[in-house]
Amino acid sequence: MVDAATGTMGVGTRAAARRRPGLFQRKSTIAFLMALPLILIIALLVLYPALYSMHLATLNKSMERFVGLGNFEFLFKRETFWMVVQQSCIFAITAVLFKALIGLFVAHFVHAIPNKGQRKWRGMLLVPWVIPPAMSTLAWFWLFDPSYSAFNWLFALVGIDPVPWLGDAYWARFSVILVNVWYGAPFFMIMYLAALKSVPEQLYEAASIDGANWWQRLWYVTLPMMRNIILITVLFSTIVTFANFDIVRVLTAGGPIDQTHVFATWAFKLGIEGGDIPLGASVSLFMLPILGLGAIFILRDINKRGNEA
Amino acid sequence: MNRTRVSRRGVLKGAAAVSVVGLSAPFVRGAHAAGKLAVGFWDHWVPGANSALTKLCEEWAAKEKVDLTIDYITSQGNKNLLTIAAESQARSGHDILAFPTWQPADQAKNLEPVDDIMTELIKQNGAVNGTVEYLGRSGGKWVAVPATAGSQIKGPCSRMDLLKQHAGIDIQAMYAAGGPPKADAWTMDAFLTAAQKCHKAGVPFGVGLGQTSDSVDSAGAFFQSFGATLIDAKGNITVKSDATRQALDFYKRLIAVLPADVSAWDDASNNKWIVSGRGSMIMNPPSAWAVAKRDAPQIAEQLWTHGMPSGPNGRYAPFLPYFWGIWGFSRNKTAAKSLLMHISQPSAAEKMVIASGGYDLPAFEKLTTFKTWAEVGPPKGTLYHYPNPHNHQTLSIAAAPAPPKIAAQIYTQATMTKMAVRHAQGEAMEKTLAWAESELEGFSRS
Repeated sequence: MVDAATGTMGVGTRAAARRRPGLFQRKSTIAFLMALPLILIIALLVLYPALYSMHLATLNKSMERFVGLGNFEFLFKRETFWMVVQQSCIFAITAVLFKALIGLFVAHFVHAIPNKGQRKWRGMLLVPWVIPPAMSTLAWFWLFDPSYSAFNWLFALVGIDPVPWLGDAYWARFSVILVNVWYGAPFFMIMYLAALKSVPEQLYEAASIDGANWWQRLWYVTLPMMRNIILITVLFSTIVTFANFDIVRVLTAGGPIDQTHVFATWAFKLGIEGGDIPLGASVSLFMLPILGLGAIFILRDINKRGNEA
Repeated sequence: MNRTRVSRRGVLKGAAAVSVVGLSAPFVRGAHAAGKLAVGFWDHWVPGANSALTKLCEEWAAKEKVDLTIDYITSQGNKNLLTIAAESQARSGHDILAFPTWQPADQAKNLEPVDDIMTELIKQNGAVNGTVEYLGRSGGKWVAVPATAGSQIKGPCSRMDLLKQHAGIDIQAMYAAGGPPKADAWTMDAFLTAAQKCHKAGVPFGVGLGQTSDSVDSAGAFFQSFGATLIDAKGNITVKSDATRQALDFYKRLIAVLPADVSAWDDASNNKWIVSGRGSMIMNPPSAWAVAKRDAPQIAEQLWTHGMPSGPNGRYAPFLPYFWGIWGFSRNKTAAKSLLMHISQPSAAEKMVIASGGYDLPAFEKLTTFKTWAEVGPPKGTLYHYPNPHNHQTLSIAAAPAPPKIAAQIYTQATMTKMAVRHAQGEAMEKTLAWAESELEGFSRS
């Protein structure tokens, strides 16, 4: 406030002006500037390729003409495309379900081990997850090898007929799901273990006093307390499993007769090997809106629960 | 403020002085006066084959004063296809790249025409076969030069002892080294009967039915031997024909006597099959024999590479040529063409054939009789018939004669092997044909 007679500012106004920081002193500006390198990296490595693939998906086969949603229209008429959709769903849902169940089961076991010996168990159980999947899948490929399967060799020792692990459609699907579960279950295990450790012991004590048995403690205490972690892990794993490439590519390359293809491997087959990049881009983008919607609903639920807390 | 004034007279004096200095200076030709050239060749399976090509290129670079960079790009995991796709999108990268079979047609618009090189090479080395022309020419122009390195025929490679013992066939006498084949009796029926007998003896033929190139190439040659084409040269779908039905029927009977999991075979499976001693025949270039020579010499001594059986439409062998192409965006096309001429000379081709132990195959008709193929062994002469020296069979590629862009889809999607497996697994003939027709309609889109 300016005093008309003296031309000086009021004491209160001067103090307020002193308190207001400049643009580069504001916390939000500093936070933005510190996050800027990450924002730029994401824009360059994630946003640009994503937008470019959307652009590619709107072009014709020779990439000379804009066809709008023509590639999707074409895909929806293909029998193989719907087979790939079905297989991707079977693959992702089954694999995520088993990973979550095995992860939860093993996490409980590890949680029950005394702290002293727990570290080495955690380390050993994480091994499948820390090996690059292309490498570990190659080892699995040798175990399933059409001519030299190590499993079949063991079966032969006990008089069991050889199993066509990768030559029969059902066995091949089983094999790719098995390897995905083997690779991904440790991630669930470690996340659930962390969640289990954060459940306050007093809740279990209170439940015990109320006479809750093991199952009731799990159902009414553990699972509700782990709910957010379970949702985030399942969401994350579903997205990653739907987008899986290396396991299927190394193990079966989509065969036999296309019956283990998932979106990424079929997109690669069409786009890179078959020279139809726009169609390949369309296949890889097909799941984007579905997974995006799923992510929005799950994350919204998590926010709601966070607010309730 | 002082300002220096530039007069017309002053400028002329300066220019004259610079010219005098320039003309009177000694002429210096730099080590890389002809500019830079970046080349991406296919990374050869055979140890030592890359170094022969490097040596040829370095000789040329030293003579032509070119700053040459060579990269060897593997086809493992389709790294070479990814490189081609990336460079074509970015319009930047190497000047010359090795292009696998279908890529010249696919990238035709981005490649520098090489009619001048091909006219000269054909005059010098003889004609190329129809498959090379089908794949290397686009829009009436040559868009790539057939490469010696990587080109191969995937004919049968048989165990002489097992065929003689179980099927009563003396394949070495039929395809004797040094002379034309005496293979009139080597027909599809004879092949099938031999496969059945060897299966019964516990040493089945190993013909892949997976989705990789060895399996697709074999299927292509068998289909063509029956006259079965999925799409004709004009782009019409012709899959529903009696010839295709015959080919599928043949495959159904053949699959019954092949190993149970051939539908999961990749390009390494057939090699392992023959090297293990469990099989009596595979369809492969001499790499399997070369591996056997190193790892299982007693098996290598019994391997003989020979021609395909003939079918109602003739005798077709699976041929897979590689090409060298120059990108349209290359900044040194003159040097690139000069290098391609140099490495396509007969002496250069022979050096590559020697270094690859006979695996590499020049595409020109006068270059199929190098000493290497007649002399390598054991057994001596095992590769004599590998380069088809007597034009005994038609060298073909699966999915031809469909327009190359459609054929490439048929090839990479392994439509023929899938048809064979579907039908052999019990799907009705007409249902398999209807499925194939629907797939082919999809491949034909522009």
